[in-house]
Formats: sequence, C-alpha cells, structure tokens
Amino acid sequence: MLHRSKGKVLREAIIEWLIRICGISAVVFVFAIFFFVFWEAKGQIFSGKVNINTATATALTKVEGIDNALADKIVAQRAQIDPKKRNTVNWLLEEKVIDLEQFFEIESQIKAKEFSFWKFLTTEKWYPASETNPRYGVFALIAGTVSVSILSMLIAVPFGLGSALFISEFCSPKLKETLKIVIELLAAIPSVVWGFIGLTIMNQLIMQIFGAPIGITVLNGAIILGLMSVPIIVSIGEDALQAVPDSYREAAIGLGVTRWQMVYKVLLPAAKNGLLAAVLLGIGRAIGETMAVLLATGHSVNNPFDGTFPFLHALESVKTLTATIAAEMGEAPRDSDHYQVLFIIGILLFTLTFIVNLSADLIVKGIRNK
Amino acid sequence: MTEQNPYAIITEDLDLWYGDFQALEKVSLNLRGGIITGLIGPSGCGKTTFLRCLNRVNERYGNVRTEGTINLLGKNIYDPDVSLIELRKSVGMVFQRPNPLPISVYENVVFGLRIHSPRSELKRSLLDEAVEQALREVMLWDDLKDNLKQKATELQLEQQQKLCIARLLPLKPDIILMDEPCSALDVEATAAVEELMLTLAGKYTIVIVTHNMAQARRISDECIFMLLGEIIEHDRTEQLFLAPKNPKTSDYIEGRYG
Repeated sequence: MLHRSKGKVLREAIIEWLIRICGISAVVFVFAIFFFVFWEAKGQIFSGKVNINTATATALTKVEGIDNALADKIVAQRAQIDPKKRNTVNWLLEEKVIDLEQFFEIESQIKAKEFSFWKFLTTEKWYPASETNPRYGVFALIAGTVSVSILSMLIAVPFGLGSALFISEFCSPKLKETLKIVIELLAAIPSVVWGFIGLTIMNQLIMQIFGAPIGITVLNGAIILGLMSVPIIVSIGEDALQAVPDSYREAAIGLGVTRWQMVYKVLLPAAKNGLLAAVLLGIGRAIGETMAVLLATGHSVNNPFDGTFPFLHALESVKTLTATIAAEMGEAPRDSDHYQVLFIIGILLFTLTFIVNLSADLIVKGIRNK
Repeated sequence: MTEQNPYAIITEDLDLWYGDFQALEKVSLNLRGGIITGLIGPSGCGKTTFLRCLNRVNERYGNVRTEGTINLLGKNIYDPDVSLIELRKSVGMVFQRPNPLPISVYENVVFGLRIHSPRSELKRSLLDEAVEQALREVMLWDDLKDNLKQKATELQLEQQQKLCIARLLPLKPDIILMDEPCSALDVEATAAVEELMLTLAGKYTIVIVTHNMAQARRISDECIFMLLGEIIEHDRTEQLFLAPKNPKTSDYIEGRYG
C-alpha cells in the first residue's frame, strides 16, 4: 500500500537533479570563464615576463655569431632545464655558448620586453603588431572606455531617471503600460544595429552639427551607449520607485506636497539605493558593451583627456578596451604575447564590470533587508 | 470663523463613484467645529471614503468621480479655483497605520513647514520652536527631546502615531481627519492616543473614523452612523448610543451585524 514503484521514484530524482543542475549552472559558468581568462593570461601575470621562449629566441637572432639553427638548438636545450633553478641566459653563458658581451646584449633585449603590469596600465603606446618593437600600453584604451562611459552616463542618467519617475509617478496607468513595452523594445535592439546607427546616422549628424572632420567619436559612442543604457536604468529605477511604500506618498500628500516636492523630498531619498543600483548597472552595460562602440567611436588609439578645457574632448576618436579585444583577438597568434595581453585586458574589464555589478547587487540587497 | 458659524464642514448631496460603484449616496451633513465627530459603520460603508473626500486625497486614484458640494472653511472645496496644496495644509490627516517619513523625528515635524514656506523664512530658531511646541502638544517632547535626530520609523508605534499627529500641528490646520488611528496600536497606546485626541479637541475640529464602537463612545462628542454609502443617523454620541432613532443603528450598536 504505502509503496511507490522504483521507476517513479527514480524519475522524480532525475528530474530533481536536472533542475538542480540548471540552477547551479550559472555558478559553474562564471567560475569556468574566470578560470579560462586567467589561464590564458597566466604567462604574463605570473612570470611577470613576456613568454621567455619567444623572447629568448628573438634576442638570440639579434646576437652576432648565432645563426638560426644555433638559436633553435639553444631554445630546445633551454626547454630541458628547470626554469625555476636557472635562468636560460645564465645557462648559455655558463655553457660558453655565448660570451659576456652577448650575454649583456641578450639580457638588455629581454629586459626591454619585460612585462611590467604598472607600465602596461600607465603607458599610452599600443603597438601590438610591431615587428621590431611591440609595446603594450593600455592607458589610452582605458581612457577611451572611461571617456565614452562617463559621457554616456551624463546622457543616460538624467534621461533614465527622468523617465523612470515619469512612468512610476506621473503618467496614467494606460500610458505606463505602453511606455514600459516601448522601453523594453529599446532594450531588444541588437547592439550591432546600434553601432550601425552610430556609424551612419549619428556620424552624419555630428559632422553637420559640430563641424567635426569625422563623426565617429567619443560623443557618437556615448550617445549610442547612453540610449542603450536607458532601458536598464528605467526598468530598475522604476522598480525602486514602486518599492517606496505608498504610505509615504499618502503621508506627503496629506501634508500638501506638490508633485515635484514629492519627488525630491520623499521619493528620491526613499529610493536612493535602488536608483543608485540602476545607474551602476547602466554603467556596467556601458563599460562592457563592445559592438556598438567598436563601430561608433572611430577605433583609433587616442587619449581624449588632457589638461586644456573642456578636459574631455568628445569630438576625438578613441578605441575602447572591449573594441580592442574584439578587433584584434582574431589576428593574434595563439599564446603569443599579443594574445596574452588581450586576455589581460579581458581580466581588467571583467574586474571592472564585476565590481560595478557586485556593488549594485549589494546596494539592492541593502534596501531589501531594511 | 466657528464663532459665527457653528459648522466647520457642511456637505450637500455628496455622491461618489469608484468607476461604476457608488460608494457615497446623497451625503448631507453638518459637522460642528471644535468637537470630535466619530464616523462608525460596518466595513465598506463609505466612512473612510467620506473622510478622504474632506481633503480630496482619494482623488489620487484616477477612477473617482464626485458630485455635490463640501463647504469647508467657507468655501466649496470642489470649486475649480481651490488649490489642493492649500486645502491639505488646512485639513490634516492621520492614517490607519502610523506613516512617519523615513527621516529624523525633527525633520518629520518640520516637513510641512519646509514644503509650504520659502526657504528664507525658515530660520533655525523658528523650526526648533515649532518642533518643541508640536511635540509638547502631543506629549512626546519629554520622551524624544534628546533623540530628535533619531529616525522616525524606528520609534514605537504609539510614538510614531503621535508624531504623525504632531507633524500636522506646525501648519496650524483647522480640521484634523483621523482614519482609524488606533487600529494598529495596542490597548495602552490606544488609551494614550485617545487621551491626546481629547486634549486636542476644542483647538481643532476632529473627524475620526473608527471600527471600534467603544472608542467612538469614549471620545466623540457627536457620532455618525453610515451604512452602504448613506448616512443613517447623526446625533450627539450619548443620544446615538443610548436612544438611537433608526432601528438599523440600534441593530448595529447591539452587534446584530457588522
């Protein structure tokens, strides 16, 4: 009587496990991606040097008296020694393959190629494809990302919060439904289409309005990104405003507030955490967006910030971190320095958006727990 | 104005619809100034709706339609030139659940002054004085004078509800509407808030909606019994409870329904 057939029990168990796996898959993916990105960039990060094999090989070819065949042999022998115990070049010297003069020559060659994270972050020279002297400085790329993100937020935050307020507090229920659907449609436009709009329509407009020689600029990218961030800011901001207890509104109305007083005296203070989270998620989107900025910002390595007014030159072209990865990853040979540096940029981006999204999450949690 | 005219609120043929549903029907009432008037009746009889007409706060939901007049302070509040902002300044409201704003006690009390006066008029000393006076009037000053910076939502419910009354006072309202102000409070807190209402009567015209007939009997001077959106009986409280004229009233008071 009180017995269930094994088949039924097993079926239930399998279904339950499938659902469980779906549930934790996100965690698995995040860790897997984290691991993969770090793994690909590990050579640069942990050794602190550009791939020693290629570095030594290039250095050796430049030393007089060592021909290609000999260099190959040296590199092959080098592979057999334990890199932790002895430096390859020291070994070459000890084995009298090279003399002291050659030793210093090689050392200086390698030194020049040594990867310093600080130098990587602070120099503006991005010449990854140079035959003779590749340099990897991402400062201009960071400046590109930062400039486009800041400017896009200057556009998206007022627009986004304004429409969140309008939808939540000012418009009729019917209009509210329509607006929410339209804004969700805005979020559904693929980013490459946005990029296309930037490349064609905005490009023309900026050239005509500002008389700029070229329209694919910081400003162009910022407008496109701003419009792309608006739906996120609106929907999360509206949720935050809806979460303000109606009793606060009644209290304020009972005391005779005007609509605008209600907004800035009651709603904005009460919903400030949620609205901040909305803005942060918008910023996260702006930093991480690739395709649209790749097409709209002009794709030239350039730092648009300088000391002269207005400090951020919005009519210059830039190249962002994301666009760099997208455009160059296909051309970088696997495991080359360039390839690994692109992965380090990936880690940089990952860390940035991770911090932004995590703080947004924590802020949202903060309001829920109150 | 109550000197010449004993009535603070005069309604004539007030009808109100929520969409197609008629919630108030031909409500004509004369409410005396300076006393406590209690509104009683079973749930859904329209007493809260009527109360919320008096400061027109029920108009924030779009589907409300009203006909008839409410004369209050010598003016029909449904006249097109009436400013809702000014109306709500003179007609304060206390809600069912204490709803102080999530700011400090001090800022809650001066909230009304801040929204109704230009910034230049709000001297620190004036605000301090208003806070002390209002909190003394609701018997909170001794408890809270050292904690004026405390967040108002962290107070006890009784203190919160008293604070909600206190924040109306700096605006010098003529009428205070109370919508079941004690329903979220325990017995002792209810007693304290009732005591407060009795001290405020005379200075303000108070209209209170209550589910609790014993409460209406304890604190109100006049009482109105409503049923299905209509006024059944309006009389002095002792009269209404001891010798109701309408059988519907006596049945309700005796607890046959409701």
